Amino acid sequence: MVMKNRIWAMVAGIAWLLVNSGYVLAGAPNTDFAAVTNIKYAKECGACHLAYQPGLLPERSWRKVMENLHDHFGDNAELPTADQPVLLEYLVNNSAERANYKRSAQMLHSIRKVDTPVRISQVPYFIREHREVANRVRGNEKIKSLGQCELCHQKANEGSYAENEIRVLGAESWND
Amino acid sequence: MKLRFLAVILMGCMTTLAGLAQASVVDTLQQEYKTAGAGPFSAAKGEKMWVEKHKDAESGKEFSCQTCHTDDLKKSGKHEKTGKVIDPLAPSVNKERLTDIKFVNKWFLRNCKQVLGRECTPQEKGDFLEYLKGQ
Ligand code: HEC
Ligand code: HEC
Ligand code: HEC
Repeated sequence: MVMKNRIWAMVAGIAWLLVNSGYVLAGAPNTDFAAVTNIKYAKECGACHLAYQPGLLPERSWRKVMENLHDHFGDNAELPTADQPVLLEYLVNNSAERANYKRSAQMLHSIRKVDTPVRISQVPYFIREHREVANRVRGNEKIKSLGQCELCHQKANEGSYAENEIRVLGAESWND
Repeated sequence: MKLRFLAVILMGCMTTLAGLAQASVVDTLQQEYKTAGAGPFSAAKGEKMWVEKHKDAESGKEFSCQTCHTDDLKKSGKHEKTGKVIDPLAPSVNKERLTDIKFVNKWFLRNCKQVLGRECTPQEKGDFLEYLKGQ
């Protein structure tokens, strides 16, 4: 009897923890894109900007980005030759096609088959979601481009872009 | 009392070690450049190149090493396009600078192509290091 009570107490405790952490309510980890787990990638591709989650772009886009690192959006991001294939493999294995996350699928399916965008901010789904904010921040010196996700999405480095985590620099609150 | 004494010694050792790592990386690289026929190296020449502006052929914009590293090496810089903060380059305030050969080589490659439109020569790299190590 005592044993049974204890088990019930434990079950209740675990259920309480799960509900509290949002796991049960959301049904899945509370992120939009799989977080970056590769330390080399985080270091190398996070040196000049946020280390973008591989699930943000399809495989063909990452291949194009990685082929042109010497001419990388007006910058030079060349890698030591030994690191190049390692990082490409990580990107390909975790690209939007392979990532089992809702937002990855939305990004992926919004791109026409004939297109290979190299900017996340050129993906149609992204453009749609950011049309309004793009107008609002035009001319804002602090936001140089929409590629600076972390300026508005406070948990961008964890792959989480939920609406209640948005703080747009210079704007009082997003949901006004 | 004894503990604090030990702590001071330990800290002293650590700073010296960091200093040594930096000295040996700069020495090793400069030795490499000398083997390639360069040298002797001049901090004054390094500084002159550091501030020199170059026009980017494509965008017409002017670039120098100061574009991202600012005109004060002891202060944090900012990436010119992405806005990402770059920790100070001066070894006197940032012990991690010039302590990793692969890291220095990688950024010389990128930054020289970015600013000069070509790789730096061994002489130029030696001069840059001579200037930077004293900052
Ligand atoms: C030397 C600095 C540097 C490094 C290192 C670097 N990048 Fe970039 N990256 C940039 C710059 C500059 C931009 C353009 C910023 C702008 O104009 O918005 C950019 C933009 C991007 C974009 C487009 C973002 C958007 O949607 O606007 C992607 C994708 C990207 N980088 C991927 C990578 C990957 C993958 C790596 C690692 C292999 C990497 N970057 C390493 C400097 C760098
Ligand atoms: C200037 C601020 C700003 C920047 C920079 C920005 N976003 Fe957003 N983002 C927003 C706002 C505001 C919304 C909400 C749009 C709405 O619902 O009206 C949003 C929505 C989103 C959504 C949809 C989220 C949802 O729950 O509907 C995703 C995904 C997203 N952004 C990803 C990104 C990524 C990835 C980057 C960087 C490449 C980025 N954003 C850069 C402001 C920004
Ligand atoms: C477009 C921006 C940009 C320009 C221009 C630039 N750098 Fe850099 N540099 C960086 C970044 C970013 C790093 C990496 C800093 C970090 O990760 O802490 C770096 C790192 C370095 C390092 C490595 C220091 C270390 O920690 O050992 C050296 C050396 C260096 N730069 C030299 C130069 C020289 C010489 C020039 C001019 C020819 C120059 N840089 C111009 C962005 C730039």
